[in-house]
Amino acid sequence: MGGVHPNDSKLARECRIETLPLPPVVYVSMAQHLGAPAKPVVTVGDFVKVGQVIAEPGGFISAYVHSPVSGTVKSIGPRKDLAGNFQTHVEIAVEGDVWMDGIDRSDKLVKEIPEDREEILKKIQMGGVVGLGGATFPAHVKLNPPAGKVAECLILNGTECEPFLTSDHRIMLERPREILVGAAIMQKVLGGCRCVVGIEENKPEAIAAMRAALSELGFPDMSVQVLKKKYPQGGEKQLIDAVMHRQVRSGGLPIDVGAVVQNVGTSLAVYEAVQKNKPLITNVLTVTGDDVPVSMQHNYLFRIGMPLSYIIGVAGGRPQQAAKIISGGPMMGKAISNLEATTVKGTSAILYLSEDQTRRQEAGYCIRCGRCADACPMGLEPFLLYRLTRVADLDGLEKNAVQDCIECGCCLYSCPANIPLLDYIRQSKGQVLGIIRSRNVKK
Amino acid sequence: MTNTIIWTVVILSLLGLVLALMLFFIAKKFRVEEDPRIDEVEKVMPGANCGGCGFAGCRAFADAAVKAPNLDSQFCPVGGNEVMKKVAAILGYEIQEKAPQVAVVRCNGSCENRPRTNEYDGAASCRIKAALYSGDTLCPFGCLGCGDCVAACQFGALSMDPETGLPVVDESKCTACGSCVKACPKHIIELRNKGPRGMRMFVSCVNKDKGPVAKKACAAACIGCGLCAKTCTHDAITVTDNVAYIDFTKCKLCRECEAVCPTGAIHGVNFPKPLDREGIKKRIADRKAKAAELAAAAKEAEKKEVTNG
Repeated sequence: MGGVHPNDSKLARECRIETLPLPPVVYVSMAQHLGAPAKPVVTVGDFVKVGQVIAEPGGFISAYVHSPVSGTVKSIGPRKDLAGNFQTHVEIAVEGDVWMDGIDRSDKLVKEIPEDREEILKKIQMGGVVGLGGATFPAHVKLNPPAGKVAECLILNGTECEPFLTSDHRIMLERPREILVGAAIMQKVLGGCRCVVGIEENKPEAIAAMRAALSELGFPDMSVQVLKKKYPQGGEKQLIDAVMHRQVRSGGLPIDVGAVVQNVGTSLAVYEAVQKNKPLITNVLTVTGDDVPVSMQHNYLFRIGMPLSYIIGVAGGRPQQAAKIISGGPMMGKAISNLEATTVKGTSAILYLSEDQTRRQEAGYCIRCGRCADACPMGLEPFLLYRLTRVADLDGLEKNAVQDCIECGCCLYSCPANIPLLDYIRQSKGQVLGIIRSRNVKK
Repeated sequence: MTNTIIWTVVILSLLGLVLALMLFFIAKKFRVEEDPRIDEVEKVMPGANCGGCGFAGCRAFADAAVKAPNLDSQFCPVGGNEVMKKVAAILGYEIQEKAPQVAVVRCNGSCENRPRTNEYDGAASCRIKAALYSGDTLCPFGCLGCGDCVAACQFGALSMDPETGLPVVDESKCTACGSCVKACPKHIIELRNKGPRGMRMFVSCVNKDKGPVAKKACAAACIGCGLCAKTCTHDAITVTDNVAYIDFTKCKLCRECEAVCPTGAIHGVNFPKPLDREGIKKRIADRKAKAAELAAAAKEAEKKEVTNG
C-alpha cells in the first residue's frame, strides 16, 4: 500500500568503509536509545578503557553505554544534542587506544553459536545493542517476546530505502558472513524461527554477496528475498507486509503476527557482542550529498561520541553548496542545528543538501486531490489529519488513527500544494499518544 | 379531488393536535428544575466564552457559581472585579477584590539582541517548532516567534512586532484570560499584576543557562548575577536556576534593580519619568555607605563595651 519513489541517489555506494581516526576528545550521550536515558557510573577523573561500561540502563526500556575510547573522564554534564536540546554527556579525553580484556579484535569469523539462550540475551543486553534501523529500540527487549507470543519469522532489514544512505549496503557487501551469523544467533534466541533477509532490488551487489555468503555458511531456514524498490519499504510494518503478507493491526506490535524485524546493522552488532564480546561502540555512517565531489563521499566506521564537526572536517570540510546538513536520510532524517553535537549509536548519515533540494515552497490550499492518501503507506488520510490538527479535534484524530503514523514523510513529499502535513501530524500524534498512555495508566 | 384536500387537512390537523398534546404533557412531566439565578448570573457575564476562568464558558461558570458555597475559587478575569461584584450581589455572597492583571512577555530576544544562527522553514507554529528543536537562535528558552500566542488571543490584544519578531501586548485590550500563557510552549508569557497606573517591574528573560552562555546567545539575557536580588530592599527578587524573578506582590517599584542590571534584562513600564540611572545608583551607594558607617559604629560600641566590661 502507498509509498513514493524518490530518486535513490546512492552516490557513495562504491566507497569502501574507512575507519575514522580518533578525535582528541569524545562526548558520549546518555540518550542514545529509545526509552529512559542511561545513568553514568563513572566519575570525573576516572580512567576508562575501550568497551568499559560508563552508564547503566535507566529503566526497563533502556541500554548500557560503553566507552568508545580509552582516556580520562573530563566532565559529566548537560550538552546540546543535534536539535539543540540538553542531554547528559560524558566527556572523555582520548589517551591511546587501550581495549578491555576479553574483546576479540581479530577479523576471524566465529561460527559456533553459544548454546544457552539466556547467556546470549545477557550478552546482547550487556553489549548495549540497540536497533540500528532508526528507532534505536533496545535489542534484548525486542528479542525477548512476552509469554504466549511466538516468533515465526525473523526479518532482517537490508532494504535501506532512504535515498542517499549506503551504510547498510556497504556492510552487506563487506561483512555478509558476520551479518548472517548474527541472524543465526537471533534465530536461536527466538526459538528457531525462519529468517528472511529483505533487500531492495536496487542493490544487486549486496543481494549477490549475501546469497554467496549464505551458500558458503549453509544455514538452514534462512533465505534472501528481493524486494521492490519503494520508499518506505524498510518500515517495520511495510516490510512484514512485503515478506509475510500479514498486516499488523492498529496499536499492535510485529510479534502479534509472529514477526521480529531487525536491521542488518543490528545483526552485525549482535554478532560482535555475542561472538567477539565487543559492545556497540562503533557503527557505519555515510557522508554524502547532492553535487558533492566524489572525494568527499565516504562510508566511515565511526566510534560513538565523535563530534559531527570533526567527522565533517576529516571528510574534507563542509561543501560550499550545502544549505542544510541532515543527520540521517533526506526523508526521515533530522536537520542539524548544532554541528558540535556528537554521533550516537543510531547515527546513519551526514547528508549535505543544496539550496535547490531543501527550499520549501510556500504552502497553498488543500484541493482534496488525495495524493497524500494514495502515498500513505499506513492507509491514513493525511489531509484529514492535518485539518483535524488545525482545529485541535483530538477525538477525531484518534478515531482516524493518527497514532499509527510512522512519520515517513510520503504525504509531505507528494503534496502538490506544499502543505507541511507531517509537521502538523507529528505534533498531534504526540498529543494523542500522550492521551492514550495516560488513559492506559489510569486503567 | 376536493375530498382528498379536505381529508388531508383534517388528518394533518388532528395529527398535529395529538402530537402537540403529547409534547405538552411530556414537557410538564419531565420538566428540569433549573435555578433561575443561573440565567441572571449569565446575563451579567461578559459572554466572551474564553475559558479564562477555567470553565467551558460563561454559562458553565454561572452554573458553578450558583452551586458553590462561596465565590473564593472563582474569578472572571475578563469582567474583573465589577462583574464579580454583580455576580456576588445576585447570589448574596461576599467577594475579595483582586488586583487586575495583564499578560507580560518575558523575552527580549529581538533580532538585534539575539542573532539568528539557523533558518527555520517548517510549519509556522511555535508548538511544532519547539517539538522539532531548540529554535533558530542559541537561546533554547526564548520566544520562537511563530505567533501561537497571537492566534490564541480572542481579544486582539497580541500582535507580532515585525521589527523585533516578538509578541506585543496591547494593555487596553488584554483581559488576562490566560489563553496565551497556555498556548506558549516555552512558558514565556506570565500574568502579572497591572500595578498602580499600570506601572510594573519584570525580568524580561527566562534563560536558565549559566551567565556566559546566556550572554553569548542574547545581549539582553538575564545572566543570574544576583545584583538585583542583593540591591532589592523589599525582598522581592529571587534568583533560581540562573534567572531572576520579581515577586509582583512584594515589589515597591523603586526601580533600583532596573538601574543596577548589567544586561538590561529588568524592565520597568509605564513610569512617567525615564529611568534616572545615576541618581538611583548614587542613592544605593549612599545607603550602603550609611549602613557601613552604622555597622562600624556598632562594632566600635561593642568593642568599648568589651573593654569597659
